[in-house]
Amino acid sequence: MSDPILTASGMSKHFGGLTAVDDVDFEIYPGEVVALLGDNGAGKSTLIKCISGVYRPDSGRVVFNGEDITSHAPADIRSRGIETIYQDLALAENLDVGANVFLGKEKTRRLFGLIPVTDDNYMRDEASTVLDELDIHIPSLKQRLVNLSGGQRQAVAIARAMYWNAQLVIMDEPTAALGVPEQRKVLALIRSLREGNIPVILISHTMHDVMAVADRMVVMRRGRIVANIPRAEATEELIVRHIVGSAENGESAVMI
Amino acid sequence: MAFKTKLGAARRQSLVSSRTIEYITKSWSYIFLIGLVAYFSLTGQGFFSVRNFSSILTTSTLIMLMSIGQTYVVITAGIDLSIGWTVGLSSVTTARVMRDLAESGNDIAYAMLAGVFAGLLVALIPGLINGLLVARVKVPPFIATLGMFGIVRGAAFLLTDGQQVVRGLSAELREALRGIGNGSLLYYIPDDGFHWFALPADIEPQQLRVVSQLLPYPVIITALVVVVFAFILARTKFGRHTYVIGGSEEAARRSGINVDRHLIIIYVICGFTAGIAGVLHLFRFTAGAPQAGEAALLSSVAAVVIGGTNLFGGEGDIMGAVVGALIIAVLQTGLVILNIDSIWQFIVVGIVIIIAVLVNQLQAALERLQANV
Repeated sequence: MSDPILTASGMSKHFGGLTAVDDVDFEIYPGEVVALLGDNGAGKSTLIKCISGVYRPDSGRVVFNGEDITSHAPADIRSRGIETIYQDLALAENLDVGANVFLGKEKTRRLFGLIPVTDDNYMRDEASTVLDELDIHIPSLKQRLVNLSGGQRQAVAIARAMYWNAQLVIMDEPTAALGVPEQRKVLALIRSLREGNIPVILISHTMHDVMAVADRMVVMRRGRIVANIPRAEATEELIVRHIVGSAENGESAVMI
Repeated sequence: MAFKTKLGAARRQSLVSSRTIEYITKSWSYIFLIGLVAYFSLTGQGFFSVRNFSSILTTSTLIMLMSIGQTYVVITAGIDLSIGWTVGLSSVTTARVMRDLAESGNDIAYAMLAGVFAGLLVALIPGLINGLLVARVKVPPFIATLGMFGIVRGAAFLLTDGQQVVRGLSAELREALRGIGNGSLLYYIPDDGFHWFALPADIEPQQLRVVSQLLPYPVIITALVVVVFAFILARTKFGRHTYVIGGSEEAARRSGINVDRHLIIIYVICGFTAGIAGVLHLFRFTAGAPQAGEAALLSSVAAVVIGGTNLFGGEGDIMGAVVGALIIAVLQTGLVILNIDSIWQFIVVGIVIIIAVLVNQLQAALERLQANV
């Protein structure tokens, strides 16, 4: 296998007396979908935030594409190609798809060769292209996001990450608020990211999603990684036992 | 089966009419304004005249200028309650600087220019403080600007030594102020013709009563301010970011928009357009008055709301506020012409505000409905 695109080693993060992440090693390879599982408070979100720069880890090192990005600012980490899609999606629902793909990085043109104005047609066309590439169909790109479904909004967030050349996508509970058909669409999107050789870290509680798309399951418990299971060896039952902590006493599990 | 077809037909039909409703809800304020003008024109003696329309436009400038800045603030889900007194502060400051400079023997044009400059500049201060409080200290806009309401009110009255107006403006100065404040770029005298910049010196007194001001200076100045700020909001990156912040401050921050700086600039803009209103008020009434914008504050918020700007942020435009300000001005003038006690205008404007909010809610519901079909 090629080198990992991202390696986090010896990561720890404390909040007062609480150890949220405890000496964790984590890596992800190009084109891989890794599910990060665990109960509430297991440390998944904290680990992700240490990677995306929201938190500074107390110890440990994050290397992305061969560069040490430990404790860099979130904006810097984003500009290097790690895109985190949080549950709230960070979209402006009062604006249309084009505006959202270009949020904060609006394309401008010069009116009368002089005054810079937003180039809405260009942004809409570009958004349409990237949505086509991801095989996402949104009836009218002039619709404001507030009128789109949850899955379509999720798709817009992913399209935005793709448009700005994300090289690693981290998704926090992407299907939590969606109906079943919508969930399928999002899972299909994750697969098409993998086909484009873009790795995805997927935080999820939904066992069905994880089994459907992940190549590897990483289970966290009390701040530590307790299991690292390739898809071929994973069963729902095994994963659940690791999540609740009953696998450690007795029965063997695939520990790496 | 037959039942189903019937339902389908009913649904199609309701869709057609809902499209009509959608059109009406989106442009109802324009339709309402035209309807008002038509009604007063038919029922009110002398309402339908160039002279009256130009007076309505001139009257509306105060509210309109205030509502321009207010629109920006409301789109970010804020509100600025202090601008009523900012108008007064600016009017008073301008008057004092002009008076003092003219008194100490300076050229009157120089004194006026310096006064205007000072009046506009002083209006930025409450805006800046509001912005800092809202963006940096995270004080809710309602509270921050309510505090500023009191502070600016006090400051304006301190500058007049507690009087209702700034005293001691020379006759010469007031004449010069009136030339712009009550002047027009183009006049029309029936049976005589058009005159640029000034009325002929030999005008008969009875002609004076029928003169129409086709392009009053306050209207021209306000129109320029409208065009500039409508353009910035609708077409530029700054305007787009204003909507993004109104839609989701979190999304704005994460997409790299400097939200704090943006909010500060927006409150400064709000102070600035109020400052222009204050300076114009002085030119029109030739008296620096602390309470110049007091009554107009709520009207400016009303104009913004009638124009379709959402008080929860993210939606609205300047043209809406312009129409809202015109509706209020037409009501004020129209009721007077119909000889209805002008106190009724408060009640009518109140009703219009409530209608505006209801129509906006209906529009949002329709949009959701159509998106889900």
